[in-house]
Formats: sequence, structure tokens, C-alpha cells
Amino acid sequence: MNERATIAGLAYRGRTASIGFARGPFVRVDGATGDGRVAAAPAAEEAALRAALVSAGRQIAKLAEAVGGDAAQILEFQVALLEDDDLLGPIFAAIVQGAPAHTAWSSALDAQIADYNAAADEYLQARSSDLADLRDRVLRILRGGEGEAPRILSGAVICADDLPPSQFLEIDWSRGGGLALLRGSPTSHVAMLARARGIPMIVQLGAVPANASTALLDGEGAILELDPSAEQIGLFERRRDLLRKNRASARAILRRPTASWAGEKIRLLINIQRVEDLDHADAQYADGIGLMRTEFLLGQQAGLPDEETQYRAYDAVLRWAGKRPVTIRTFDAGGDKPVPGFTVDGEPNPFLGVRGLRLCLARADIFKVQLRALARAAVQQNLKVMFPMVTAPGEVEAARRLFVDAVDRLRAEGIPSALPQIGIMVEVPAAGLAIEQFDASFFSIGSNDLAQYLMACDRTNGALANLIDPLHPAMLSLIRHVTDYGRRAGRGVSLCGEMAGDPRCVPPLLACGLRELSVNPSALALVKQTIDGLSNGALRV
Amino acid sequence: MTLESPNGQVITGSVRLVHAAGMHARPAVKLTKLAKKFQAQISIRASDAAEWINAKSIAKVMALRAARDSIIEIKASGEDAEGAVAALVDLVAADFPDNAS
Repeated sequence: MNERATIAGLAYRGRTASIGFARGPFVRVDGATGDGRVAAAPAAEEAALRAALVSAGRQIAKLAEAVGGDAAQILEFQVALLEDDDLLGPIFAAIVQGAPAHTAWSSALDAQIADYNAAADEYLQARSSDLADLRDRVLRILRGGEGEAPRILSGAVICADDLPPSQFLEIDWSRGGGLALLRGSPTSHVAMLARARGIPMIVQLGAVPANASTALLDGEGAILELDPSAEQIGLFERRRDLLRKNRASARAILRRPTASWAGEKIRLLINIQRVEDLDHADAQYADGIGLMRTEFLLGQQAGLPDEETQYRAYDAVLRWAGKRPVTIRTFDAGGDKPVPGFTVDGEPNPFLGVRGLRLCLARADIFKVQLRALARAAVQQNLKVMFPMVTAPGEVEAARRLFVDAVDRLRAEGIPSALPQIGIMVEVPAAGLAIEQFDASFFSIGSNDLAQYLMACDRTNGALANLIDPLHPAMLSLIRHVTDYGRRAGRGVSLCGEMAGDPRCVPPLLACGLRELSVNPSALALVKQTIDGLSNGALRV
Repeated sequence: MTLESPNGQVITGSVRLVHAAGMHARPAVKLTKLAKKFQAQISIRASDAAEWINAKSIAKVMALRAARDSIIEIKASGEDAEGAVAALVDLVAADFPDNAS
């Protein structure tokens, strides 16, 4: 998915940020610069900037009024910056010294942006796009005089390097349209807004010519086609109609009770990154939560999370699930997920370093807090806990001792607690091959890391994307080995990596003996539909 | 919170930041908005940071990077200094309620 190759004629591939299809005029939008603006005398420059700030404030206020809610709160921060004398003072001082208004303004804002980008906190980093948004708006006004952002025809396919949230909100999406970004990210603020509005969006397209007049955007396949031929349009429309029909029937299947295949129930669970993921419309149809990640608790600005914060998050998810099982994974930091104050800095090869359970055992001070919170949450009987990145049975035993110890201490303090079922992630090939050595109540195959370690391919290295095939015979053979043992020993086996949500991988996984798959909420409908197709004979394993 | 010199120039107070995310954009906007309603010169600092910054500047307040549970110290001088410190302490202590600004 990472490759940015030209497929056929004027077609470009990026990454999906929001699904759906758009066909319309192609409009290129570019970030503002002060280029082409001629500076006047200092007094006039000062007046020009003051006027620009006033009209920027007015524009943002008008926009906030129109959008309301959370989006309006995002904009309030920008309004506050426009009224900040401590920020503006040095800018006007530079203008008095002879700097052009646009240079003084953008260099002050650039310094702030760099400062936010340097923050360890992801939240602060994300605020830097709000600052860039404000910088560009004022520059646009300074340069154009008029000030309003260029009007964009509703229903267009809009292409930009990146797009700030306020600009997205200013565009009239009432007649549809789509968004194609050369850079950008599926996790950005804009991507969230696009998904919420149902606007198809592709990111990381690389380079795209600016002079096309019409475009087809396929959010599903992450393909942008420019000035398409009649044949391309025909194929696009067929693809769109097929997916629409497919989606409608998948949603209907979702409401049915548990899926089954070959006379056995297939449990479909969901993976969640944070508590809010349960708001997804399809989450309610899951048979449980197969993987609740807990790293989101480590991203807080306040440092590492205390017991109470953790307990509240776990308890909320367990209550949401009711009688359905919830598997919570203990902190899986390290590798490509560094956490200041927790993970080890400067490892030459962090994917093969002190990460997952290895790190938790090395930092028992942090791990014990999590185990206490989990032991308290385990009073709700539907909790299961699993450890990530397990290599040797001794690690599981060490972790279990800490867990038992946490329960004992809580009981001594008179705090209600329980020891939940304990399982392990199977991600290290050695653990999968020697699975019978592990005393665990259940096994969860983490296929992303398992594939990375089994095929010796860094999963973040796009150049190896073709080599890291989850359907490699070695993968399937190892998965079968684990499920066979689970069946013999009466231990549950599930799989929670990306491949569980890929309809192409589901038939071979069932053939390997898996009866429990855990997928992102958005993949639930398609996977259930795939299993339905297999059990009624429309598809074959 | 503590109040000093009832009729002198400098009023001070302190309050624990209970907001889960620390002093992020939304609370910072509320704090500066409220501070601007007062004539007094108001400065704040977070726990151990030595430098006092202008409570009316959103850029400066964000730059504090005050984390959850840090102690926010407030000092104000001017005619309505006492009211300013009390209002800001209330705002932080009540975890920046939506109707506060």
C-alpha cells in the first residue's frame, strides 16, 4: 500500500484515509506563501498586518459559527493566538525594524510550529497544523487583499500537498467530492473529519501533475485517475456500484447472530486502540474485544498513567462489553513505539530489542501499576489479559508472579480484585514453534509482528512490502501448528493482526483451523460477509 | 489556595492542575480568556519552572507544557488582582468547566 507507482496512464496510488468514490473536476489547492508580495514602508506594513489579523479573526469566527461543536473549539485556539500580544509584539517590532509584514509574520509562526513539532507529546505535534493553518490564512490575506480563501466548486476532487482542518471545513462538501493529498496521514485531524463526513480521501500520493481537469478518486483502492478515458470511467463506475451493493449486503449480514462455517461457530471480535473506538457504529455487533491495546495510556502529556486512570479505562471497556469477553494486552512499547521515560533509547535495532513484555519485566515499577489496575478491573468477570512479545516460558512465569503479587497486595489493602485468565501473544516465531512449552490459558497470534520476524522484513520498510506476504507457506504452517496445539490442549487460539481483516486471507485462516478472528471495527462487516459466502458455498476455502 | 497582602500590590494563589491532558489547547484558551477579563497584570508558572509568564498569552501558556498534577502558581497586581487570582484558581480547580468563560 505504500508504493507510489503509476499504474496505468494517469493513475496514481496512495494510501486510504477515508473510503468512498468521487468523480468531478480536479482542483489543485496550494499552501500560501508571501511570494510575489512587495513590501511597503514600515508604517504601511504594520497597518497591513493589523488589518490582515482582524480579517483573519473575522473569517475564523464566521467559520466557527457555521461548523459548531468540536470543530469550533479547534478554531478558538487560533482566535486566541490572533489576540496574543506576547506573540504579536515581537512581530510588529521586527516590522518597525524594516522587515516585510509577511516575513515577520511567517518567521514568528514558523518558530512556534518548529517548537510544537519538537514536542514529545503527539497532541502538541498535532496542534502545529493549526498554527500552519493560521499562518497561511494571514499570508493569503496579506497577499490577496481580498482575503477569502478561493471558492471551490462543490463536488470537486481537491488535491493539495496537505490540507489544514479549517480549510477542509471551509470547502462546500454538500454535493460530495473527494480529497487527494500528496503528503498527509490517515491519522490526521483532516482524515478524521473526512471519515466523519463520508468524504473519500487518499493520502501520500507523492507527485501528481497540477494541470488535469477531471479526476476519479477511489478511496477504497487508494487510486487517483486524472483526465480519465471513457473506458477508465466505465470501470470506475462499475467498481463503485459493486462496492456499494457489497457494502449494503455486508451491513445486513452484520446484524445476524454469530457467523459459522463448516458447522462451527466463528467468533468475530474487534481490536481497539482506545476507549473511543467503541463508538464505531459496527462495534456493537462484535462477539467481544479480541485486542484492547493499552499504549494510548502512555501517550498522555502528564507522563506515565496512574493506577486510577488505567482502572477507569479498563473498567469502562469491560462494562461496555457486558457478558462478552475482553482481552486487554499489557503495554507493548518499544520497537516502532518509543515512549519517553519508559522505553530504552538508542538501541541499534529496536524491533529486536527490549520491547513488549521484555520491557515490562525490565521496568517492573511501571508494569506493577498496570497489573494492579488490571487486577481491580478483573472483578468484572469478562476480562482476559495477555502479554505481548513473549519469547520464553520463564517470562510468562515472572509476569504471572508479579500479577499474583498485585492481587495479594490489593486484598491485603481490602481492595476488591481478582486474577484474570492469562494468555500470550504469539509473535516471536520461537514461541509459536515451542507453543506447548507455555502455560497460558489462551494464545493470540499477532500476525503483523509474526510475519516481520518470520520473514526477516522490517514491516515499516516499504521496499519490502512485496516480500512480507502474510500468506507465505511458513506463516500458514506456523499458524496451523499453534491452532492444532490449542485444539488438542483445549486452549483458545485467535488471530488479531491485519490479515484477519483481509477478505483474501480469511479462507486460508479458517482452513488452518482458526475459529476466532479479531479485526478493526470497520472490517467487521466485510469479514462476516466473507465467512457467510464461504458457508453458503458462494466462496471456497 | 493562599492569599497574601490583602491590600498590598501582589496577590498570589496556587492550585493543582487536575485536567487529565494537562494544560492543552482547550484549557489554555479558557485560562487566557478569563485572565483577559481583568485589568490586573497576571503571571503564572508551573510547579518547578522558575519563569513567570503572562497569563493572558495563549502562546506562553501553551509553552508552559504544564502536566497533570502540576501546581499552577498565580500572581497578580493591580486593582482587581484579588478577584483575578480567585477566579483563575476556581477555573483550574473546577477542571475548566464549559460555562466558565
